[in-house]
Amino acid sequence: MTCLPKKTDKKLGLVIDLDICVGCQACATSCKEWNTSGYSAPLSDHDPYGADPSGAWLNRIHSFEATSAEGLAKTVHFPRSCLHCEEPDCVTVCPTGASYKREEDGIVLVNPDTCIGCKLCSWACPYGAREYDYDDGVMKKCTLCVDRIYNENIPEEDRVPSCVRACPTGARAFGDLGDPNSEVSQSVAERDGFNLLDEFGYKPVNKYLPPRINSVQAAPAVEEPAAPDGSRLEKLFAWADKALSR
Amino acid sequence: MHPAYSVIVFTTSSGAGYGLLFWLSLAHMAGRLPGGVMAFVAITLALALITAGLVSSTLHLGHPERAIGAFSQWRSSWLSREGVAAVATYIPAGLLGLIWLVGAEVGFTNILAMLSAIGAVATVYCTGMIYGSLRTIRQWNKGLTPVVYLALAGATGSLLLALLMSFFGAAAAWLGALTLVSLVVAGAIKLAYWRQIDADPGQYTAEMATGLGGQGGSVVPLDPPHTKPNFVMREMGYQVARKHAARLRRLSIITLFVVPIGAVTMVILAPGAASMLYLIATLAAAWGVATERWLFFADADHVSQLFYGATRA
Repeated sequence: MTCLPKKTDKKLGLVIDLDICVGCQACATSCKEWNTSGYSAPLSDHDPYGADPSGAWLNRIHSFEATSAEGLAKTVHFPRSCLHCEEPDCVTVCPTGASYKREEDGIVLVNPDTCIGCKLCSWACPYGAREYDYDDGVMKKCTLCVDRIYNENIPEEDRVPSCVRACPTGARAFGDLGDPNSEVSQSVAERDGFNLLDEFGYKPVNKYLPPRINSVQAAPAVEEPAAPDGSRLEKLFAWADKALSR
Repeated sequence: MHPAYSVIVFTTSSGAGYGLLFWLSLAHMAGRLPGGVMAFVAITLALALITAGLVSSTLHLGHPERAIGAFSQWRSSWLSREGVAAVATYIPAGLLGLIWLVGAEVGFTNILAMLSAIGAVATVYCTGMIYGSLRTIRQWNKGLTPVVYLALAGATGSLLLALLMSFFGAAAAWLGALTLVSLVVAGAIKLAYWRQIDADPGQYTAEMATGLGGQGGSVVPLDPPHTKPNFVMREMGYQVARKHAARLRRLSIITLFVVPIGAVTMVILAPGAASMLYLIATLAAAWGVATERWLFFADADHVSQLFYGATRA
């Protein structure tokens, strides 16, 4: 059913720390590796080793240069995936009911057996989080590794989304953002975590932690070379340069 | 937005078909539609255009064989509502066609015609709302979007009815007035729509999308997440020939409105060459409405492109 649940018991999601993400792409590749053989399988690629590679990925890592009003610039690595919004139109526009939000934990999923591949859900997502799989003919999106987090056949420490498990800097955390006492909710409260495009109103569950202020520093002042003053010595060097350049 | 040819054919062909169905149903209810072969040919053409459009719309699906499932979510999805309305409209329209084919004398054709007309309006409105309801695309998320779809379906449908009736030697004076008014109304609405989208620079910025830059700061992409365009960029970031948009807009104004309005005016002034003039008007409008629909997609900016270098959307 593509009507949204009135409320969900949990709000499972990710908290992404933009301060410590180093843009290594480990989360993206581990996501691709897990999900091309898991719930979303396959995640097809086209021309992967050729001149025009493309394919379905559920997690994309941008790098932005963010400049503050004072002119301080900082490179920010920026992972972007489905935010498992509370009120997303990607669910309600679906004509078949393939796109749905789970009442028990708030995860937004696509049923690959009923999706007709009309792509309308991807049009309704302002975050560009859904990618169409041309070989499979259905829409693909982050599943929050629904086939890991409840999986009792894998060790307990692995029961988190693949991207979280892979992150070498701990820039990604997984938990219940509906519970104010959870670790993820606490870190959001401490660090002023924010929503992407909050103004749009889809109420994303995933939160982002901003780069810390003290890690944005002014570049050290570079001493300007002295302007030419037309002295005899300069003229001598200019003559030597000209003579030797002949 | 990437202009998929299957969707352009679908919306223009079924739009004209529903427009024709609407006007011929109204003409029948008003007792102005000649019976016999003419009525049957007209409703067959309408249903053929509608069917061609609907079949075309399934061509861009990844799994057209599952399309039956698309009728289930009418509570929330305009696409599903459109499917339901389209199928529902076949019932009275198909019965009407059947009655006219066998030439049966039945008393309830007016009710069938009324249901057909209502179904035609409902279906085209749903088509418009599929686009009009998407908040991610500011050029589409306008109250005028479904009105434009209805007006253009009405204008192209009235031209088809006029063309058919003139071919059957039944080009009455009211046809000229009907086509002229529906073309002028559609033209005025489309021009108002263009003025509205041109005046809207977009309320979302790259800073809002990324939460970076702070008050008065800025964000620019440094490294893309992938070496070549992905699905989101190809589907939502369509840019090719956008610089030709102004020229194409002029072209569609001329072919969709100026030429047909001129031709219909000539029919009204000199009814002698009605079928030739209606043919010119219809062919020009067909070209024009396809151009208009292509532009409707190519002109549309998607909010997701804020992550890919767009500064406003």
